[in-house]
Amino acid sequence: MQLRESATFDRHAIAAIQRAADTGAYRIRGWGAKRPLPHFDDLLFLGASMSRYPLEGYRERCGTDVVLGGRHGATPLRLEVPVTIAGMSFGALSAPAKEALGRGASAVGTSTTTGDGGMTPEEREHSTSLIYQYLPSRYGMNPDDLRRADAIEVVLGQGAKPGGGGMLLGQKISDRVAAMRTLPTGIDQRSPSRHPDWTGPDDLAIKIEELREATDRRTPVFVKIGASRPYYDTALAVKAGADAVVLDGMQGGTAATQEVFIEHVGIPTLAAIRPAVDALEELGVHREVQLVVSGGVRTGADVAKAIALGADAVSVGTAALIALGDNHPRYAADYERLGSAPGYYEDFQDGRDPAGITTQDPELTGRLDPVEGGRRVANYLRVLTMEAQTIARACGKSHLHHLEPEDLVALTVEAAAMARVPLAGTGWIPGAL
Amino acid sequence: MTTTAVTVDLAARPVRDLNAALHAPDPAPRWRVVNPAGAHNVAVGVDAPVAVQIDGPVGYYCAGMNQRADVLVRGNAGTGLAENIMSGSVRITGSASQSVAASGCGGLVVVDGDTGARCGIALRGADVVVGGSVGHMSAFMAQAGRIVVCGDAGHSLGDSIYEARLYVRGAVASLGTDCVEKPMLGEHLAELAGLLTWAGRDEDPAAFRRYGSARRLYHFDSANHTAY
Amino acid sequence: MCGIAALQVRDPALRPRLGALLAGMTCRLVDRGPDAAGVAVYDEPGLLPAGWSNVSVLDPGRPDWPDAVAAALGAEVDVRHVGPTAVVRSRTTTAALAGAVRTAVPEATRIGRGRHAVTLKGVGLAADLTEAFGLDALGGTQGIAHTRMATESAVVASGSHPFSVDDDLCLVHNGSFSNHATVRRTLRRHGVEFDSDNDSEVAARFIGHRMAAGDTLTEALERVVGVFDGFYTLVVTTAGTLAVLRDPIACKPAVVAETAAWVAVASEYRALAELPGVETARIFEPEPGRVYTWTS
Repeated sequence: MQLRESATFDRHAIAAIQRAADTGAYRIRGWGAKRPLPHFDDLLFLGASMSRYPLEGYRERCGTDVVLGGRHGATPLRLEVPVTIAGMSFGALSAPAKEALGRGASAVGTSTTTGDGGMTPEEREHSTSLIYQYLPSRYGMNPDDLRRADAIEVVLGQGAKPGGGGMLLGQKISDRVAAMRTLPTGIDQRSPSRHPDWTGPDDLAIKIEELREATDRRTPVFVKIGASRPYYDTALAVKAGADAVVLDGMQGGTAATQEVFIEHVGIPTLAAIRPAVDALEELGVHREVQLVVSGGVRTGADVAKAIALGADAVSVGTAALIALGDNHPRYAADYERLGSAPGYYEDFQDGRDPAGITTQDPELTGRLDPVEGGRRVANYLRVLTMEAQTIARACGKSHLHHLEPEDLVALTVEAAAMARVPLAGTGWIPGAL
Repeated sequence: MTTTAVTVDLAARPVRDLNAALHAPDPAPRWRVVNPAGAHNVAVGVDAPVAVQIDGPVGYYCAGMNQRADVLVRGNAGTGLAENIMSGSVRITGSASQSVAASGCGGLVVVDGDTGARCGIALRGADVVVGGSVGHMSAFMAQAGRIVVCGDAGHSLGDSIYEARLYVRGAVASLGTDCVEKPMLGEHLAELAGLLTWAGRDEDPAAFRRYGSARRLYHFDSANHTAY
Repeated sequence: MCGIAALQVRDPALRPRLGALLAGMTCRLVDRGPDAAGVAVYDEPGLLPAGWSNVSVLDPGRPDWPDAVAAALGAEVDVRHVGPTAVVRSRTTTAALAGAVRTAVPEATRIGRGRHAVTLKGVGLAADLTEAFGLDALGGTQGIAHTRMATESAVVASGSHPFSVDDDLCLVHNGSFSNHATVRRTLRRHGVEFDSDNDSEVAARFIGHRMAAGDTLTEALERVVGVFDGFYTLVVTTAGTLAVLRDPIACKPAVVAETAAWVAVASEYRALAELPGVETARIFEPEPGRVYTWTS
């Protein structure tokens, strides 16, 4: 007899029910959304041929530089490539991992970002451009580090969990992590979902002024939002005074969040970009208030597509960890002992990461060489940039920022509607008036 | 030796000028700010051993992130007075709005009047002494430091509190999740007496009760689902 | 997301200065709401003679419309143009006047009505609008004003506050409701009609609907706490009464100052800083979920 799996009660749904019944607790995990979602893969570039002329692949210049955050007279970030490292906390990541990300980003002339836990000396020392996240929890927040930062990123939310606070389970609250967060060692730490001293864009405008005053107006202030209502949130971030907006789609990773949150809250990165760009264009500040997009960026094609849809730069988090060695086959035996396998490991909340990246265990942390890790991250960032340039030249662009939505078509009706580009081979943009 | 205070009139000059002067290397030791008229971000980010007296009401985030300075507000203050204070002191003769000393790490904040909601939210080591009463959800998720309330406390005092210690003389409308009354031992009376003296108050420490974390939320437990 | 200012005068000697004081309060809150602003003033004889009714509309700009209103009403009307707002005045009832305006100029957005309150609103900075309204020169018994930072609805004059949806009932809101769409649907089923996609209008319509059913203002506001979810500081005025309500979490700011001569409510201290005698006023923040009222 042929066995047939139910599409509704498939193996994942059954396992989730059984797990809930066994444990009485919801599933917490890392990584981002796993369900299939409309994404950059559903878009294709229209390379030049007769009607447009391509640039010569290895000879003619295709610029990649981007300036972030100069709108209000602060000293902006001047990045050589439009790919930055997203905010990930010391606590979620080990100190050597944070250092390696700084080394890798600095080697290619881009920035990296602190996270929900403060700034470590290692990452500051090894990052030429370091963005300091200003979070609801304020863990580790102090004015000395604020003044040491090259930019400040006020975090409202992240794509994996718009509207939710963070968590860091006790396994990862080592003495050093606890001291930086002013918490008892080993407790399950929960971060709030709202800032302690402001709520809403009217108050945020005053808060941004405070951050500017504290830094004598030298440091740009970014605002990071999780993608849910990107049109309104982007407009409000601009009205509140943001120098740049960081927009994180639902494929964005996380170290520890309820699975129900990761899979069911927020909108895909692909669907978030155009509404955010609409808001910037309506306010007359597109490319003046920069848009940094993150959430599931993996390849240079993703970079080029995000920029073509209107982003000024992208951020990578999960992909940077993979470049560092996360989920690498060399740890296959260790992953197996944890009930996982290379390519499937997602228990970043658990503190037993065999790759030594999402852990505070001294022995595991020692597995990651920050110099070698930095070299790998730099390699990866270079490849992303060169791939994006390859596509841009094929589209006849002498700078990545000259890519535009008209260079794209969609493979699916869903992607065509979300990205507002025609279905390939047609002139049809679903939903367009 | 007494030095004459440098006077800054905020009716004539923007807050930017004041803060820039306070951030300059080796600022004058004494400052007097007049006509603040509820302005925001007055004396923010100061990191110098200066005394700043502000005559009148201030808006949001007055003396935010303060380091080493002693700031006195003769009037009322808006949201986020002395937010993220690191050291030094901030004192106000009137009342303060919500989120006094939010995430404050060190130093002393004294409010002679009342405070709004969420006084000492996410406190990380600073000390707060309130002569009057505090609003609801005060000491929410407070991690470290001490909060002394000479009047009453609003609803849900100390909700989800970590290791901060609370002393309240008057009535507590209700305690928040995981906040409990704790015995007042000799060491606590001594600590409280020191705080009251530091803040220049003469209440009797024996008239206060102590509250803190029951530490039942320190580890996730599905039986606590209604508490989250 | 916005700035709120309201002032009720107790000392009759202060009445001529109501507009100037309210304009000062409002302009100090422009950073909280640079998109739009609006104001309602009560018992200003120059704007609305005693015993007359008014319906204010966003000026439809068509030249003959006042005559069309008069024809529909079958009575004389007098139109006063105040900035982007036109105040239609008559000796009839407000209901008759509102009906005539609706029949004669259906395209004009009606923004206020009453026998005491006149509502004026527009798009842009508070300083420009209060000047266009000539607010400095207006007197009255109480006033309510708002500066708007639009959250999820359009930046248009019809989305500006105050929302005045029933006679002399005006509402301003700072915050955002998280279930207003459901309340709107429920009210629609009861025959309530809406002029904007603004969440704050839903609260104004709800309060008006409840008061029409017999609730006092206090009772209607107490129902708001159970029906509306989200974050809000509301200031609501009726003829002679000023009320404040904050949601049970009370994140959005509100300060009340009270002297023998006046009572004022604002989002921030700086809005109160210039009021006469504020140095000795009783100043406090409204408690969450509690209705406060003051009657002149």
